[in-house]
Amino acid sequence: MKKLKLVLVGNGMAGVRALEELLKIAPDLYDITVFGAEPHANYNRILLSPVLAGEMTLKDIMLNDVDWYATNGITLHLNKKIAKIDRVARKVIAADGTEAPYDRLLLATGSNPFMLPVPGAKLDGVITYRDIQDTNAMIDSAARFKNAVVIGGGLLGLEAANGLKLRGMNVTVVHLMEWLMERQLDRSAAGMLQKTLEAKGLAFKLKTQTAEIVGSDDGGKAGRVTAVRFKDGAEVAADLVVMAVGIRPNTDLAEAAGLYCNRGIVVNDTMQTYDPRVYAVGECVAHRGLAYGLVAPLFDMAKVCANHLGNFGIGRYQGSTLSTKLKVTGVDLFSAGDFTGNPDTEEILFNDAIGGVYKKLLVKDNKLIGCVLYGDTVDGSWYFQMLRDKQDIHEIRDHLMFGQSHLGNAGHQGQNKAASMADTAEVCGCNGVCKGTIVKAIKEQGLFTLDDVRKQTKASSSCGSCTGLVEQILSSTVGGAYQPAEAKNKPMCACTEHTHEEVRKVLLEQKLKTIPAIMAFMEWITPNGCASCRPALNYYLLCAWPHEYTDDKQSRFINERAHANIQKDGTFSVIPRMWGGSTSSSELRRIADVVDKYKIPTVKVTGGQRIDLLGVKKEDLPGVWRDLDMPSGHAYAKALRTVKTCVGSEWCRFGVQDSTQMGIDLEKDLWRMYAPHKVKLAVSGCPRNCAESGIKDVGVIGVESGWEIYIAGNGGIKTEVAQFLCKLKTSAEVLEYAGAFLQLYREEARYLDRTVHYVARVGIDYVKQRIVDDAANRAALYARLRDAVSGEKDPWQERAAGTDAREFELLEA
Amino acid sequence: MSAVMKPATAVTWTRICRVDEIPQLGARVVKSAHGNIAVFRNGEDEVFALLDKCPHKGGPLSQGIVFGRKVACPLHGWNIGLDDGAAVAPDHGCTRSFAVKLVDGAVFIGLN
Repeated sequence: MKKLKLVLVGNGMAGVRALEELLKIAPDLYDITVFGAEPHANYNRILLSPVLAGEMTLKDIMLNDVDWYATNGITLHLNKKIAKIDRVARKVIAADGTEAPYDRLLLATGSNPFMLPVPGAKLDGVITYRDIQDTNAMIDSAARFKNAVVIGGGLLGLEAANGLKLRGMNVTVVHLMEWLMERQLDRSAAGMLQKTLEAKGLAFKLKTQTAEIVGSDDGGKAGRVTAVRFKDGAEVAADLVVMAVGIRPNTDLAEAAGLYCNRGIVVNDTMQTYDPRVYAVGECVAHRGLAYGLVAPLFDMAKVCANHLGNFGIGRYQGSTLSTKLKVTGVDLFSAGDFTGNPDTEEILFNDAIGGVYKKLLVKDNKLIGCVLYGDTVDGSWYFQMLRDKQDIHEIRDHLMFGQSHLGNAGHQGQNKAASMADTAEVCGCNGVCKGTIVKAIKEQGLFTLDDVRKQTKASSSCGSCTGLVEQILSSTVGGAYQPAEAKNKPMCACTEHTHEEVRKVLLEQKLKTIPAIMAFMEWITPNGCASCRPALNYYLLCAWPHEYTDDKQSRFINERAHANIQKDGTFSVIPRMWGGSTSSSELRRIADVVDKYKIPTVKVTGGQRIDLLGVKKEDLPGVWRDLDMPSGHAYAKALRTVKTCVGSEWCRFGVQDSTQMGIDLEKDLWRMYAPHKVKLAVSGCPRNCAESGIKDVGVIGVESGWEIYIAGNGGIKTEVAQFLCKLKTSAEVLEYAGAFLQLYREEARYLDRTVHYVARVGIDYVKQRIVDDAANRAALYARLRDAVSGEKDPWQERAAGTDAREFELLEA
Repeated sequence: MSAVMKPATAVTWTRICRVDEIPQLGARVVKSAHGNIAVFRNGEDEVFALLDKCPHKGGPLSQGIVFGRKVACPLHGWNIGLDDGAAVAPDHGCTRSFAVKLVDGAVFIGLN
């Protein structure tokens, strides 16, 4: 088949990003030709400020060099500006006469900086700040001249001013409005920013309108700028004037071709212009009446556009929520959403003028709608995510201001501020990745997303506790280009576009009862999934169709396939169940005999009140289980693990309830229960809480008049105190409430979510409503759990009797 | 180098088992003079043999989840290509692979 022809006009970040996305999904669909007006290949425009500040070089900020185009079979025309689009003949014509025919045309012509129409704007030394050429002009001027005036106190203007100051110039920033960055900051934060910048040596003139740029009269023809004169008659000396007063979508080419433009090339949600063969992305676009000048939305547009160019036809661009970070070293500033407020919004404020920290959160209808952070931006991504997900915050409102407490919990010396970490400091304690390695990978490989950083550096790819730190490093390195991953609509894995929730819903509605049936119906991209989606699907099927579904062993992680825990040397560990942590002399005797008979090297008491036999050979497992003659402890599975207990009222002089018996009853009720992740319980016999019920998935605490139930605690990576669910009178009620909550979790959580993650997402109020308030629903949930568990056998007993023998047998060559 | 590559020593084909004795999307472990060898069967009933040692930290690849023409190591999740034993980017490393042939439903591996 003859390939279609795709022409891209505009070799910038948005257009090339669209090509990258397209090549990922349909590498062979198009012959691609790219026209760029600049002499460079694609570079990271948002990192021009660090180049100006002398912190990076052009080489550091290249995203795709010329080789990239060649490797991907793309014809690249640099230094060629397209003069005309002939939509009838379907071709583009460059100023030098080069022509290229197209079947699909992608316009990414970007924007032009706006020049103030004042006298003298054409003088030598008056420039804008947009590309490499402008940056070089500034660097050059800084070496030769003394005084600079930057007109415009927005993001770009301040970054330019900071760079010029660092290069040794006297810099005055002139701004028309009452305070700096008025589109991103409120007055208080802007005031603090101004103070910090003044301390760095910048001068400011606010509420000041430029009247004229004064130049030397060079015998009739315009010479170089010498000063800037303002409306009030005052003058400031200037050898260089940088205009950073805004941008204007570059629509000249599109308009000349008769494409409808209205403050941008008008596109629909699939990034198509009024000519369906012509697409447009980036700063040149007007989508639902808005033009975007930041990079993050451009990436979203690129993805949607590529999807449609690639004939996948899914995905809509529905606009973006924006966040801003100023890339000035030593200034920590973050803003997102609507921060001005009105009578309907509520304001949560933290203002420490001396300490230099200012935080403002705006809330409307229990949702975060905007935030401004100055001096401490650690929680910027966290707020931004809540803002974009429109998450209900009323449950965390009282501590919302104090941020995400678990950030940097374990494995990185308690650090929670990436900015203050040295390059050699370890960020990811699991994979041994330090800050410098992450920063280097982000810069050298042009990474923008958390997933990319995880893939390339492994940082935060294991336990994930340092995710917050990695996000901070990413956002401080690439600035506003970083958008936290969307948690709500994230596909299960790279094998599918569908989310966990969609898959669970569809498999129930369509009565899909095998993994291949789900993959066929939901159009999986890969032939048999991957190591991430298959175990999830297997669990979802098991949960949806108890008794009916035949477990797919090969879609289980080895621990659940072998019913023992794999160790670093390939041997296994065996942990038999001890109900409520109780055992007997005959069990202990059998354990001792097994240890001797199979020469098991290590015996260890676990944190869950059981005994772990470590270093068992796989082929010995069935024999070990037979000789132990104890139930499986499921210490290897996403299932009920232990119910930890204290001694309780039977012996303890403080005990008010029989916690050991309650623990045994719970464990017997719930064992063999598979779940999205491991599940741990504890029962304490009095509020002294010796069984540590406060950090368990379900924690039970005995009080004189009954039992208190706590849920969704966690003692691992993310130490989280369990939340109070309700108080109950009898043991039977404890069984029903605990079981009903766990069934709710089994049915609604994403695979690999612990209860803490699940409850954080749905909210404790929701759980109370389903479990505590709704007796009928609670009874139904508990009945479904009893039914599911009754269908499961003890896997050790089955295998000791010969089931699945081949799994444990070695072959000989 | 000559145009035709010849193995240094002649390949000895050793019968291991029948194809249906390896679970689909699974593996068996074969004890050999070279150490343990993992013999995989994928969804298309293709059979592959690799040294049962992940190039990362020596994890037993035979115990991993098989998908497409890859296996995910059970220890740290590296993906290893079944045809050549090479780690999938961005990871680097390679484990030894062995020739495999199928004759009338029987699996032979080439050992030298």
